[in-house]
Amino acid sequence: MKSKVFTKDEWIAGLESLKESYSVFVPVKTGDFHSFMPLEGGKSPDFDYQNTRLSPKSLVYPESERMFEYIVDEKDPEYNIMKEAKKEFPPQAIVGIRPCDAHAFQIVKVNFDNPEYRDPWWVRRFEATTLVGVGCNEPCSTCFCASVGGGPYSEKGLDVLLYDLGAQYLAKGLTKKGEAFLSKMTGGKEAGELEIGEAEEIARKSKEKISSKVHTENLKDKSVLELFNAPFWEDVAFACINCGTCTFLCPTCWCFDIQDELYGKQGDRIRNWDSCMFPLFTLHGSGHNPRSEKFQRVRQRFMHKLKYYVDKYGNGVQCSGCGRCVQFCPVNIDIRQVIELMNNH
Amino acid sequence: MARGKGGRSRQVFDQEEGRGGVMLEYTEKIRETAKKLLESGKVEVFIGYKKGSVPMMNEPVLIRSPEETDVLHWDSHCALNLCNYLTKRKEKIGIVATGCNSRNIVIHIIENQISRDQLYIVGVPCKGMVDHRAVKRAVNHREILEVTEEGDTIVVKGRDFEEKLEKNKVLQSNCAVCRHRNPVIYDELVAELVEEQKDVEPYKDVAMIEEMDPDRKWGFFTRMISTCIRCYACRNACPLCYCPTCFVDESRPQWVGKSIDPTDTMTFHLLRAYHCAGRCTDCGACERVCPVGISVRQFTKKLNKDAEELFDWEAGLSLDQRPPLDVYRPDDYNDFIR
Repeated sequence: MKSKVFTKDEWIAGLESLKESYSVFVPVKTGDFHSFMPLEGGKSPDFDYQNTRLSPKSLVYPESERMFEYIVDEKDPEYNIMKEAKKEFPPQAIVGIRPCDAHAFQIVKVNFDNPEYRDPWWVRRFEATTLVGVGCNEPCSTCFCASVGGGPYSEKGLDVLLYDLGAQYLAKGLTKKGEAFLSKMTGGKEAGELEIGEAEEIARKSKEKISSKVHTENLKDKSVLELFNAPFWEDVAFACINCGTCTFLCPTCWCFDIQDELYGKQGDRIRNWDSCMFPLFTLHGSGHNPRSEKFQRVRQRFMHKLKYYVDKYGNGVQCSGCGRCVQFCPVNIDIRQVIELMNNH
Repeated sequence: MARGKGGRSRQVFDQEEGRGGVMLEYTEKIRETAKKLLESGKVEVFIGYKKGSVPMMNEPVLIRSPEETDVLHWDSHCALNLCNYLTKRKEKIGIVATGCNSRNIVIHIIENQISRDQLYIVGVPCKGMVDHRAVKRAVNHREILEVTEEGDTIVVKGRDFEEKLEKNKVLQSNCAVCRHRNPVIYDELVAELVEEQKDVEPYKDVAMIEEMDPDRKWGFFTRMISTCIRCYACRNACPLCYCPTCFVDESRPQWVGKSIDPTDTMTFHLLRAYHCAGRCTDCGACERVCPVGISVRQFTKKLNKDAEELFDWEAGLSLDQRPPLDVYRPDDYNDFIR
């Protein structure tokens, strides 16, 4: 498919025209930071942003999701029958997603959608989702996407990639989903050679602007036990307060907890995001906790992302280099430094 | 009240200000002191900050040998509460402490989380910490690459800008109304004491909320926590929250639901605040660390105000007095307790 160019006004009008076909989510400034919100009157999308504070993972994998419902009233004929909660999976488009966050969906896909196991809700929601990315003309100083298999204009996991040419966007359809999205959209014209050249030049330049680099190439050949028993974990973990900021902001953290909640005689089985930073995450029914110490939990987070994942899937690290944890860890534990420690151990 | 050289009353105000380098002097003095303490064996470990890898963030660090002391750092972004790292430690510990941090150390001692004899407190007279969100707002959320300070000026640099901000305009809101900038307990100071702020109105915002009717109050707090992601950073940054198992983590029985149901989220915030009643020093760590910028101090400040109005009590000022909510007196003026 040929790329199209839209003036910026045309692009917004085009998104409006898609509201019949998709739930359209766009980055909106909410207070001090951006969040993905439904495209609605009164809230103007801001594509000229760095990134959202929380990754868009919740649009496919909500922080709390009702899986099943049941009734605990013995007199009810449906007593104790677990039924799947009613859900709809309408087509949705995440417009303005950064390439790192689109790449992240591919990183977590191996967990939710693989030959052994398909998570019914993640899969259906992901299949209903079109990812329309905006390349990063000004990557942040904390972005290290280019070191972990992505880049400011990486097409990995995206259905459409937008190049911000200043007054207009060049939109490149990358998949069938992306082509469908662009063909439904009003406005735009076929991109000319001049615009395509301009887009390529922008992408080349932004790659050069990535100032943060990490080395991950040795991780796969390291011994798991040597890394596990490395002497640096206590030091790495000292400052950690064991909050869930890193895991909840992370686009590639996927762990969850399943809880039953009762409201009178009505029961819900809910899946909630969980965090390996929390002691409760590994607390056994017996009262034993295999990760009772803080450093064990901190080690788990990094070992999972940078060693267990690497070994299990053979496709790089479980990190897309978005830099959220680097920017927002309240005690400044910097994953880039931990990667170097592990890679050089 | 203050140990060590606490009796000294001479205060030298701001002689160095305007010439820059005050923070550098603090840093050098902290390194020197830590080195001396570790070399002499007076302490086994030293807790301070090292310079962070991103602007306006510093990392708490545990130093074990005199050779490592060069990483120690001080500036206007050391706004976590290091007392958090003392709980139940066994060694002899050197620690840097500002006014609020020292008050939390007092509370830790009173509540038997650490003993005074284990500690060598290096007091840091403090002129307030910078609110990283205020700085980001001041430069319109453009990416900040470097923040330095020259006296009372904060210099913010980005890829294509440089702006100078008056430190007083970007202070953390708790620091702006702080009445205890000087450590209340210490063995040594890194600098002369600073002048305490007079005529601050610490509870102006609380008074505004108090005036609301119940519905508006409920609306205010509901909106305030609507973005909470239940990461518990506020709780975990707080030195008061040292329970072996927090009530939100209890599973037998489970007191609070784990989802982002607003009722559960509100339960967490209200109960957390109540557990801090009469103990909170308004250090601001909870608010600083919140990844979504919730003003969680709005909960604890009301309780601080009550403690002050009802019991004439500010937490952590004295080792010799029990906090109002953990004492019983037969002659208590309240009927209900007798």
